Amino acid sequence: MRGAFAGAALLVPLALVCALAFADENAIHLRDGNARDLTAARCAICHSVDYLQGNAPVLDRTGWQKEIQKMRDRFGAPITDAEAQQILDYLAGSYADKR
Amino acid sequence: MPSRRDLLLAAAGGVLLGGTARRALAADAGSDADELGTLPGKRPLIRHSWRAPNYETPLADLVPAFTANDAFFVRYHLAVIPQIDVDTWRLKVGGNGASKPLVLTLRDLRHDFERATLAAVNQCSGNRRGLFTPRVPGVQWGNGAMGNAEWSGVRLRDVLGRAGVTANALEVVFNGADAPVLPATPDFLKSIPVERALDENTLIAFEMNGHALPHWNGAPARLVVPGWTGTYWVKHLTEIRLDTVPFDGFWVKSAYRIPTGAFPGVRFKSQETPETTPITEILVNSLITSHVSGAQVKHGAKLELAGKAWDGGSGIAAVEISTDGRQSWGAAELGRDLGRFAWREFRYRLDTSKRGALVVAVRARSRDGATQPEKLTVNPGGYHDNIVQTITLEVA
Repeated sequence: MRGAFAGAALLVPLALVCALAFADENAIHLRDGNARDLTAARCAICHSVDYLQGNAPVLDRTGWQKEIQKMRDRFGAPITDAEAQQILDYLAGSYADKR
Repeated sequence: MPSRRDLLLAAAGGVLLGGTARRALAADAGSDADELGTLPGKRPLIRHSWRAPNYETPLADLVPAFTANDAFFVRYHLAVIPQIDVDTWRLKVGGNGASKPLVLTLRDLRHDFERATLAAVNQCSGNRRGLFTPRVPGVQWGNGAMGNAEWSGVRLRDVLGRAGVTANALEVVFNGADAPVLPATPDFLKSIPVERALDENTLIAFEMNGHALPHWNGAPARLVVPGWTGTYWVKHLTEIRLDTVPFDGFWVKSAYRIPTGAFPGVRFKSQETPETTPITEILVNSLITSHVSGAQVKHGAKLELAGKAWDGGSGIAAVEISTDGRQSWGAAELGRDLGRFAWREFRYRLDTSKRGALVVAVRARSRDGATQPEKLTVNPGGYHDNIVQTITLEVA
């Protein structure tokens, strides 16, 4: 839901819920690598970065490329072409465990 | 050497097994993902992601006939999940297929419509995706993206009737209060065919197992589409729309789709293309809840295998067990019938007179004659894993 029905009354307590969630998910540690912080910053706009960990066993470089493309094209992730390349290199280097 | 499927099953049963299998799983994932985590109001569940929150029910919590509200799995796509004030909450019912649009309060729902209650399994479309070979992206669920509950509320058809269903109404679209972080992200809306919406078993539920719906399971009211996978059970309902044309939202048009003709189940014809079609009904399935693969059992001791079997609403006719490599099958004893949309408990006495590996296979058969297949039908979404489950026990 959003728009007409997303009344202010609904959104005030939400801020609290979000703050709590963020505090806890900050404990997630991502593997080292170039563009780790950029990757975390862009992905965490919409979701916690354990999504990256959870999909590591499933994806290789091609798989990550598709995921990044999906996030940009389908979900509107604000990621530039240059950033997408850096994020792909990071994920393909540190989180592509598919065997 | 246990397979990944075994490890995942073991991880799902971590409460029974202790930490070893879970650590093995975490090592397999190369991460600290899938630890137990606690959402406010929930007991520890298997956490797949913090935000949006995705939490799986551990195997031990799938043992009771009804899954406890605080153990019931949690699944969201979008991270903005408001806590709703029931006094200011409104449900809007309209659309161009409704002749008398209306707005309802929770009090209206409770007092102006006949109450309806039914037991039903709510199973995520992607339940067991993590057990898929080859693996597919998405939340890597084990067996616990499901549960069985008694849902109470009102019949959707009674509410739609009051809104005046026009003769040309085609689909009913549902929106919930959960929302995306970015305006460019598709909001989570789902539609179902108008015939399914008018089925007497489709409910707007505001209670679960006799209590108000937990926040994380859709308070104050959610859709209950018994027999259909959880994606249609829209949480935190805010708007119901009768439409005369096929809904074109992302979550119906592009997501939750299976290859056309690849699986049994009722067809959602207005959304079907030659290539893909929406997932609809839950396929016949079963789960051993008493034991996990690798468990040691005592030689010569009395041993009972137990679990659950369910399908998309025809009900379970039989559950069969094989301990000789599928040469022969014995009938398990079925528990109380909780309704055709609920799961059915099964029990079976195992022979522990021989030491060594005891390989147990379980398959359920539904009243409409469907049985669990031996082979997975691979599909890009990782849906409909209902293959025969096999576990290996160690008799020592």
